Amino acid sequence: MAATQEEIVAGLAEIVNEIAGIPTEDVQLDKSFTDDLDVDSLSMVEVVVAAEERFDVKIPDDDVKNLKTVGDAADYIAKHQS
Amino acid sequence: MSKIKPSKGAPYARILGVGGYRPTRVVPNEVILETIDSSDEWIRSRSGIATRHWASDEETVAAMSVEASGKAIADAGITADKIGAVIVSTVSHFKQTPAVATEIADKLGTEKAAAFDISAGCAGFGYGLTLAKGLVTEGSAPYVLVIGVERLSDLTDLEDRATAFLFGDGAGAVVVGPSEEPAIGPTVWGSEGDKSETIKQTVPWTDYRSGEVAKFPAITQEGQAVFRWAVFEMAKVAKEALDAAGLSPDDLDVFIPHQANMRIIDSMVKTLKLPEHVTVARDIETTGNTSAASIPLAMERLLATGEAKSGDTALVIGFGAGLVYAATVVTLP
Ligand SMILES: CC(C)(COP(=O)(O)OP(=O)(O)OC[C@H]1O[C@@H](n2cnc3c(N)ncnc32)[C@H](O)[C@@H]1OP(=O)(O)O)[C@@H](O)C(=O)NCCC(=O)NCCS
Repeated sequence: MAATQEEIVAGLAEIVNEIAGIPTEDVQLDKSFTDDLDVDSLSMVEVVVAAEERFDVKIPDDDVKNLKTVGDAADYIAKHQS
Repeated sequence: MSKIKPSKGAPYARILGVGGYRPTRVVPNEVILETIDSSDEWIRSRSGIATRHWASDEETVAAMSVEASGKAIADAGITADKIGAVIVSTVSHFKQTPAVATEIADKLGTEKAAAFDISAGCAGFGYGLTLAKGLVTEGSAPYVLVIGVERLSDLTDLEDRATAFLFGDGAGAVVVGPSEEPAIGPTVWGSEGDKSETIKQTVPWTDYRSGEVAKFPAITQEGQAVFRWAVFEMAKVAKEALDAAGLSPDDLDVFIPHQANMRIIDSMVKTLKLPEHVTVARDIETTGNTSAASIPLAMERLLATGEAKSGDTALVIGFGAGLVYAATVVTLP
């Protein structure tokens, strides 16, 4: 079953918390991974890998660059999950 | 058909001694900043590297190997004449032939030990160790010297922001010999040639010779792709090696991953859920990425500082250009 946007954001929040130690409530749609959430380019790779597992999507390296905000990632996952 | 007498090897094999050689020159990040636009803070936060060693003209691949091997042989409590085979893993010995292993075997005073080089990038130590275990248990050599040695500074493009800070030089060696108990677990290894472009030499030597390219070849990589592969796929391989040895993370004392990047090491520790009591090799901070040499160098340092001790159970995993990988569990010498 495809996850709702709310579920995706909640899932991303848990992942970001696990990887960067950011409180889950800070992970909001408009937040930038690098500027607001202390997720640098390598942590972002870890976030992506964890999100792929959790939401059963493939996020190729070339697309990772375009995922600037939590909203970008949530939209991408919603569109591509099987 | 005539009956062929089979060879007779030892019941099991183990690492009996380890030795390392680090070049005299210590290179801090400030030196790297002379050729790339970066900062000490960026290099430390993205790679964990503060300093690395670069070899001088005298610190050749052979010379560093002889130093490291001499220590490993002494640590094993044997003499060089007992060594039946010398396996050298390197990508930075610049003579195609003969193998540098023969010169090393001779300089060490072995008695015509079989000697050859292998090319398995940053998995070279695990590949060599697996061959050595086979030779000892199959009976072709009573003791085998496995050397990982690199002068990656010769293959570094100091103007490449993605790699200039990463690589270092050095040699690490172990002596593998007979054991009554299993002390080197099953190896989980393999290759993924479909990803051969992710870490590679920029151009073949022949392009450089023909003048087609003016810049001496160097190692380049797609950093993020390698990082992703390492943290995701290699954690799985490490777990498989533990399973193959019939052990759980709780049974481990030490974790010695290839020293590629501190961030990869930290991520693997997390994914593998290694308990607090497991000592993790973080030699990269002062050594950089020395490819095939990194695991034996880190092993030697952990034993020298007392962070690990003889008899400890260690998970080792190497991975790199190929892409190739090899993981196994060993009892430390
Ligand atoms: C090499 C590595 C540290 C680079 O990190 P990265 O996050 O992938 O770097 P990127 O090229 O994506 O760049 C990310 C940002 O840092 C900047 N940057 C890149 N190199 C930089 C450097 N040397 N100094 C400062 N900033 C740098 C980029 O300009 C980019 O900035 P931007 O987001 O503002 O555009 C990392 O990819 C890595 O270590 N990968 C594994 C490599 C490895 O272990 N190889 C050996 C395996 S055996």
